Amino acid sequence: MNFEIPNFALALPEIFVLTMACAILLIDLFIPKHAKTLTYLLAQITLLGAAILTFQQYGHPGSVTTFNGMFVLNNLAIVLKLFIYLSAFASFLYARSYLPKTKIPYGEYFVLGLFSVLGMMVIVSAHNFIVLFLGLELFSLPIYAMVALRRDEGICVEAAIKYFVTGAIATGTLLYGLSMLYGATGSMDITRVSEVIMQSSLSDELILVFGLVFAVVGMVFKLGAVPFHMWVPDVYEGAPTPVVLFLGTTAKIAALGLLFRLLVDGLQPLSVQWQDLLIIVAVLSMALGNLAAIVQSNIKRMLAYSSIAHMGYMALGLVTATPQGYGAALFYMITYAIMTLGAFGVVAIMNNAGCEASKVSDLRGLNSRNPWLALMMLLVMFSMAGIPPIVGFMAKLSILEALIGVHLVWLAAIALFFAVIGAYYYIRVVKVMYFEEPEDATPIKYPVDMQIAISLSGVGLLVLGIVPGALFTLCQAVFGATPY
Amino acid sequence: MGLILQQTVFYAFSAILLFSAAMVVLSINPVRAVLFLVLAFFCACILWMLLQAEFLALVLIFVYIGAVMTLFLFVIMMLNLDIGPPRKGWLPYLPLAVLVLGLFIIAAVSALKPEYFDPDVYQVVTQPENYSNTKALGAVLYTEYVYPFELAAVLLLVAIISAICLAFRGKRPGGKAQRISEQLVVRRKDRVSLINMPSEKK
Repeated sequence: MNFEIPNFALALPEIFVLTMACAILLIDLFIPKHAKTLTYLLAQITLLGAAILTFQQYGHPGSVTTFNGMFVLNNLAIVLKLFIYLSAFASFLYARSYLPKTKIPYGEYFVLGLFSVLGMMVIVSAHNFIVLFLGLELFSLPIYAMVALRRDEGICVEAAIKYFVTGAIATGTLLYGLSMLYGATGSMDITRVSEVIMQSSLSDELILVFGLVFAVVGMVFKLGAVPFHMWVPDVYEGAPTPVVLFLGTTAKIAALGLLFRLLVDGLQPLSVQWQDLLIIVAVLSMALGNLAAIVQSNIKRMLAYSSIAHMGYMALGLVTATPQGYGAALFYMITYAIMTLGAFGVVAIMNNAGCEASKVSDLRGLNSRNPWLALMMLLVMFSMAGIPPIVGFMAKLSILEALIGVHLVWLAAIALFFAVIGAYYYIRVVKVMYFEEPEDATPIKYPVDMQIAISLSGVGLLVLGIVPGALFTLCQAVFGATPY
Repeated sequence: MGLILQQTVFYAFSAILLFSAAMVVLSINPVRAVLFLVLAFFCACILWMLLQAEFLALVLIFVYIGAVMTLFLFVIMMLNLDIGPPRKGWLPYLPLAVLVLGLFIIAAVSALKPEYFDPDVYQVVTQPENYSNTKALGAVLYTEYVYPFELAAVLLLVAIISAICLAFRGKRPGGKAQRISEQLVVRRKDRVSLINMPSEKK
């Protein structure tokens, strides 16, 4: 038989992250207790190194495959990977001073995080159903453990069990759907599946749709959109804040990568069917997310419902099934990740300073306790609400533009309607911060690295809102779309 | 004749497989559930045998039944779970469950029509007599499928790390761990003391 030696250079970032994760696992054992920061630094260096390696691969137009067509590298994969590193970097940063306070060991946390990042990289570069599935497992499994790392807290364990059981069912559903698609097309290679579907006659379609529905259910679960959203509020509330940062940003980008690989690369010929599915998901998510967020008094739960609503908006970009729409969805996801880093960053900073930050009312008078932090939270909230000139507005605008481009004006109108409702609870946070008196007026102090991170996400949102051109063009270009 | 025999074996073991899989969920006693799972794996192994995938079939028996399930059984027996009375309060969930199951069955039956699985189209693959299933698997596992193979290995590593993270609670005071350094520095006088006793007379 003929065997072609794989082109390992294409998978260099994956190999690097894997090697470093294994090395850190061992090195951590020999680091004395008082110098555990070294483990943290090594994990961050790994992410930086992977970013440099990935960045060097950027530029080649078109896709290259290797490992017998199981691994694909194109600009979409590179952009997704870079933002996965970025959000993982930020969530590790907030974890640095949080972990010792909750007695979560550094070594295990960062190693599990790195393995999860590896799984996400595998997903966004997957070109075969088996690899897609293995990547999904590799990215979810460490997160289940990370949520449960505070074993003595009942709420953490509850969140972890819920996440694990529902997540396992969703993975099973996805696998069932993939097996149907494999049975119907006779191939697991994503490009080949797409070719077979295009050639096949109409009579084959029902089994394909059957498989498609199960696959979409599994993916929508990972995205955390209605009707598979039940785990989101409980997990966001129960999990340690740095883990929420990780799974609310990094994991969501990877889940979008999964959707792109499976629906766009593989099942584009079935787009008429999955468009309908995603319309239902998007409308329900926007409605339930925004309405349920209004009544939340717990800030983490409010942000969880807001994330459900945002996933709805993001799904609208996919609904268009045009390169412009995909680009808009990618842009939305990246900016949403930055917003979440900001929002949960503020929660993490307040937790770190020893202040309670579980209720919205705990933010009362944040302006007098730390004006800069309040300003950053204000930028994040305005961005989430979609108020110009902050980037959330641009993200929503590009989604609406793509929708109108394919004559789905009624969907754009629904999206706008729920965006207005959503603005209420974001602005309430701002009101609480600026116009109410704090119960405890001690100023909030926090380390320099967190200061830089939170400032970067807040100011970044503003700058991206004023000059969104570069990122927007990039998101469009990876799908080969011409910007408007 | 051969085909009828094959079909009989297939339907018989599929029926047992479905029954035992249902019993895994339904039985109250966890030990029985595990034993039913063993039975389910065994039936799946027979189905693989029918497809002439004898290596996978035997690995299923060796690894899953021989190692994993036995371990499972040990753990369950050691935990000595309190079985307790049958769970009550499942009745309110029954209509929803029946509804979901009904919808699923309708969808599955209408979607998975026999023509997709026509025996004339999907002929059972028969191999020549000296064909080695194991060799064929080995040839693709480390070449064509090397990437997913390595990923599966990483997945197992992650599973080990996660399990240890969650189960390991650090050294506890009063633990029974050996302290080798202390054992080595021990001197005779620390452990043995000679007591001078006058000999007793009978």
